[in-house]
Amino acid sequence: MNDLLLGLADDELVIGWRDSEWTGIAPMLEEDVAFSSIAQNEIGHARAVYELLADDADALAFDRAPNEYRCAPFVQLHLLEWAHTIARRWLYEVADEIRIAALIDDVPVAAKINREETYHRMHAEMWHERLRDEPRFREAVTELWPYALGVLLPNQRPDLCARVGLDEVAAVERGTFDDSFAALHDEMTMVRRSAPAGAQW
Amino acid sequence: MVTVEQVWAALEEIPDPEIPVVSLVDLGVIRSVEVSDGRVHVQFTPTFLGCPALEFMKRAIEEKVPQAEVEVVQDDSWSTDKITPAGREKLRAAGFAPPAPRLVQLQSQVHRCPYCGSTETRLENLFGPTPCRSLRYCTSCRQPFEQFKTI
Repeated sequence: MNDLLLGLADDELVIGWRDSEWTGIAPMLEEDVAFSSIAQNEIGHARAVYELLADDADALAFDRAPNEYRCAPFVQLHLLEWAHTIARRWLYEVADEIRIAALIDDVPVAAKINREETYHRMHAEMWHERLRDEPRFREAVTELWPYALGVLLPNQRPDLCARVGLDEVAAVERGTFDDSFAALHDEMTMVRRSAPAGAQW
Repeated sequence: MVTVEQVWAALEEIPDPEIPVVSLVDLGVIRSVEVSDGRVHVQFTPTFLGCPALEFMKRAIEEKVPQAEVEVVQDDSWSTDKITPAGREKLRAAGFAPPAPRLVQLQSQVHRCPYCGSTETRLENLFGPTPCRSLRYCTSCRQPFEQFKTI
């Protein structure tokens, strides 16, 4: 269970960082705001789950070596391209809904996370409705599909296939790392490394 | 010796850091107050998990009620239905459309303008200045306004 929760928290932290890369440069002001808010929520969810696992959430979030993270390669991908970014947001929210639903009975904070995710899903679904027939979006979904499957446990994947309408393929699993992750890890932990322990903000 | 009523009254004076027209009590984030043998125990439930004001609110409670021990409860007990009637009216008067009750909102997509009361409004953006607000536009009085999201 702890490994599952650590994977969830790491996914939320890392996708929060990746989504925040659109702050200031999204193609529309509305999306700049939306991505910033979604990123803030995801990082808040990460914190809440880290707090279940450790007394010091910051230490757990930022003091590990890159290969100790349990995030799926899906969230690590550096996607500064809108079709891929929206495709990932949509696939991630669909997958996330499946795994959060499976945790609600055992993990009280999962219900709270689920409540907030409602708006992420509305946002993702709105974009999916708009772009679903666009070739660039379809290509991005196809390309990201093996990665998206890797967010879920094998027994949860058929549900994702049914919701997304694609066949199951070999997933890109947790425990492997995208080449871009080392640079992200370096950036993510920079403030933590540069400030003396116990610094007050 | 401090009483439960005095603690609630003190908490009533702590403004929400982001929407100062409402207090923490109006917002419904104070779940319980207990006083025994001079010790005060306050249960506090965050609104949004990623809310940057969370630590600020916790510290504000500790400053206002120095003898209080603040317990942050991260279960699913807070929803916008916990905002008090007085809190809703304060929000509306300040130009924030208060969140509709969950049962109503899930069945109807009606959003009322806080300025003119019209329901002829449209969504501009699901997200706003903070994650708890959306942006809407009233086509009757032609005012943009912030909608507190129902969660």
